[in-house]
Amino acid sequence: MNELYTIIIGLEVHVQLQTQSKLFCGCSTQFGAAPNTQTCPVCIGLPGALPVMNRRAFDLALRSAIALNCDIAPYTKWDRKQYYYPDLPKGFQISQYDLPFSDDGFLAIEDPKVRFEPKKVGIIRVHLEEDAGKSMHDEISGKADSRIDLNRAGTPLLEIVSQPDMRSPLEAKAYLTEIKLLLTYLGVSDCNMQEGSLRVDANVNLHINLPDGHVAKTPIVEIKNMNSFRAVERALAFEADRQYDEWRETGKTIGSSPKQTSGWDDVANVTRPQRYKEESSDYRYFPEPDLAPVTVGDKEIDRIREELGELPADLRARLAATYEISDYDSDVLVNQGPAAVNYFVELATLVKDGKVASNWIQQDVLRTLNERNISIDKFPIPAIGLAELISRVQAGDLDTSRGREIFTEMLATGQTAVQIISARGIARVDDLELIALCNEIVTANPRIVADIKSGKVQAAGNLVGQVKKRNPNVNPGRVREICLEIAEKM
Amino acid sequence: MTLVESSATQLLAQLNSGHVSAVEVTRAYLDRIERFDPQVKVFLRSDGDAAVAQAADIDRRRSQGKPVGKLAGLPVAVKDLLCSRGELTTCGSRMLENFRAPYDSTVVARLRAADAVFIGRTNLDEFAMGGSNENSAFFPTRNPWDLTRIPGGSSGGAAACVAADMAPLAIGTDTGGSIRQPAGLCGVTGLKPTYGRVSRYGLVAFASSLDQIGPMARSAEDAALLLEVIAGHDERDATSISQAVPQYSQTVSQPLAGLRLGLVREHFGPGLDGEVESAVREAIRVYVSLGAKVVDLSMPHGKYGVATYYIIAPSEASSNLARYDGVHYGYRTDEEPMIEELAEERKQLVAAGRLKEAEQVDNPLVRLYRKSRAEGFGPEVKRRIMLGTYALSAGYYDAYYLKALKVRRLIRGDYDNAFAKVDLIAGPVTSTPAFKIGEKSEDPLAMYLVDLYTVTANLAGVGGISIPCGFSSGGLPIGLQLQAPPLEEERLLRAAHMFQQATDWHTRRPTLVD
Repeated sequence: MNELYTIIIGLEVHVQLQTQSKLFCGCSTQFGAAPNTQTCPVCIGLPGALPVMNRRAFDLALRSAIALNCDIAPYTKWDRKQYYYPDLPKGFQISQYDLPFSDDGFLAIEDPKVRFEPKKVGIIRVHLEEDAGKSMHDEISGKADSRIDLNRAGTPLLEIVSQPDMRSPLEAKAYLTEIKLLLTYLGVSDCNMQEGSLRVDANVNLHINLPDGHVAKTPIVEIKNMNSFRAVERALAFEADRQYDEWRETGKTIGSSPKQTSGWDDVANVTRPQRYKEESSDYRYFPEPDLAPVTVGDKEIDRIREELGELPADLRARLAATYEISDYDSDVLVNQGPAAVNYFVELATLVKDGKVASNWIQQDVLRTLNERNISIDKFPIPAIGLAELISRVQAGDLDTSRGREIFTEMLATGQTAVQIISARGIARVDDLELIALCNEIVTANPRIVADIKSGKVQAAGNLVGQVKKRNPNVNPGRVREICLEIAEKM
Repeated sequence: MTLVESSATQLLAQLNSGHVSAVEVTRAYLDRIERFDPQVKVFLRSDGDAAVAQAADIDRRRSQGKPVGKLAGLPVAVKDLLCSRGELTTCGSRMLENFRAPYDSTVVARLRAADAVFIGRTNLDEFAMGGSNENSAFFPTRNPWDLTRIPGGSSGGAAACVAADMAPLAIGTDTGGSIRQPAGLCGVTGLKPTYGRVSRYGLVAFASSLDQIGPMARSAEDAALLLEVIAGHDERDATSISQAVPQYSQTVSQPLAGLRLGLVREHFGPGLDGEVESAVREAIRVYVSLGAKVVDLSMPHGKYGVATYYIIAPSEASSNLARYDGVHYGYRTDEEPMIEELAEERKQLVAAGRLKEAEQVDNPLVRLYRKSRAEGFGPEVKRRIMLGTYALSAGYYDAYYLKALKVRRLIRGDYDNAFAKVDLIAGPVTSTPAFKIGEKSEDPLAMYLVDLYTVTANLAGVGGISIPCGFSSGGLPIGLQLQAPPLEEERLLRAAHMFQQATDWHTRRPTLVD
């Protein structure tokens, strides 16, 4: 914790809901289609077209808000937020203003490495709105042409506004990770930042402790254009330093300066003020006359609550308790998402050892996923196949390093552990046979024995290498142990 | 009786019995249009060839014994505010002069399915904003009873069309009186249904919470026929009502026994023309002679109707018309001179040393919005966009829009109280007969007051009908307005039909000479 100041961070997260169709029309929400092919009179705002609410989107929104511990409004309505922009074809966005469908929730965050105390980050409100289209500014042609793709226009978008409860970039990152995880577990969004299905804006300022015991508050800056959680962390850290420097230079505080909007430049690693006209924007919100208000009954809330399933926080606790793994391991596994957890549970059950299963997944499986940049669904070795390999290691047929070699070969060839083991002629070595072999090698190397006896224990490596040459199936650890024992006795 | 003088109900019977073909009917109306429309100026477009082709197809199917729709062969004129696939839909505005709708509005689709023959697209005040048709960007339609006078508006083209026998049926829209007022001024029957009775999908929005599509015809009987086809729930309009549609044309001829008619005291106060008042009172006496009872009523909040309307309607309009920005479709300013103009402005400011101002000159996108809208919209539309934008602005919202919503609820309360005592409310449609073209165009406030007796029905969402009930000494039609509780269109039509059985005002026609 910084002694000079406290960072005050609030986050606004926009998440696209995973629906088949848009919020107010039947068009597909599939990402990546040719521009303007997923449009109709409604989402491109043609004269006379009218919106009709997609109940499925509303249900997903309810699901999210309930999981975020929000109060659900019994009565909610739609409002028009009005502004001009070429990717907003109606000249207004259908959103929710004074009666959002949910408010006053929280999200608990915790760091397994305990770099901050566990805390509940307050959620001010969660509301549903339609997304705008995309503007693509083509500056290559030199004419600065702008092209508009309205495929995204009308996609259901959840806006989650947090309280300014986060006190470090690390907490902000933890909050985002937890939101992403929660929404992924709920199946309401894929939260893919690259495809824009999760977007983050941050509001940040500093509370600076003055020597006289008073606190100086710096002007709030809203940071936009952050396209990864890592970028959020870096942008916040940069902005905190910048605000502290600015305060020391100018002494500007929250009252003397309006809210500023800045953009994060990921290449230059700086935030830059965005130019806006000085007059504050007036969205002229008013109730959307084309849509009926929505009512939500207690029964519906109860039903959705029951259908939520196990949320990440409960899952972490359950995995740690049931499979006797550490909180840290449980956190790593749960953070990988539901598919990875299922893989772990299957593997742990098969090998009857949670710790071993967790180690293999964290050290070998996750590394492979990272290297190949794939998700667990695309991982080529099924849990049962990996269990087969692990059980051979557990039985002592293979040492761990040998097991890793076979793991690598399984990945490369697509063969099973059994196939590889039998092809390589790997077989368990009888202990008496091993002692005889070691004895033969040790006896044949008196100089090494002398070295060992004089205290150069590492010289045993040469003996191990020679034994391994004679029988590749031996366990090097065991060989070393036996050779040292024989040498000492000589 | 000639084909163009026959009622839609009569024509349909003759079409169904094979006494006349759809092509003959269509040709008769097209001839009439060709003869008289140059004087009355009802149609923005009338594609005779397409209409005849459509009629011929209907005749073919009918002769082959194939199923045909409910209105098979009847010409219908459509206000140029409803989208029709592949056709221009101008809304009487330069802004949409070249806009071709890529889809059918629900009402047009239902008319198509009913085999109505689309005879042409009628003129209107730009985006339905106005009560005289003088706000059309193209030309003013004239009142067939006196070509120097306005036909009313905004469905003035539709009303004049029916009055001049250029179509037996027409589609109008009513946001503050735009069906009933021109019907009254042109001497035809026009019904504004309950809000939500007819789908608004594909109706270019003026004020979404007030707009409603309705039939205009020569009689209640004919209006019933048309309403029956266009009414009903539509899953594409979230505000449409999912209640079954009565068979209006089957019940319209059944008289109502023991009818209780409410007369609103405030509707007969100062400002009501003497001749209009006498005609309306005489119409009430006709009802009394048919067994109706008259009940005196007060609707104390009605006097705030016009003020409330002119907050809510422009507010919604300012939002609904934001999409006409020159970017996606519709009118766009000529870009090259615009860019030059911007460069010139900047250059001059820089030369004068006014650097700060030079920096604040519009960027090309903002100027494109400004110029396209300034050039594409007419003065009345701009006036309402400004009124609405102001009313919705931060700091004014509570004082204007929110307060208007509260008064709106009080007005609805007045109706609820009234309908606890009476079956229908009867009164004038307008305070005077049709005025002269140009008479009020310099006085927007006087123009807004023409909606005095009609706006409250839109604010309350109830239905109303205007039927002819007499003439002024100058030979101009006078209308009687009946209003009913929500979803009681059947009652309106039956009451109107009762009156039309006892009187012949609705059969009178203006004399047009070549």
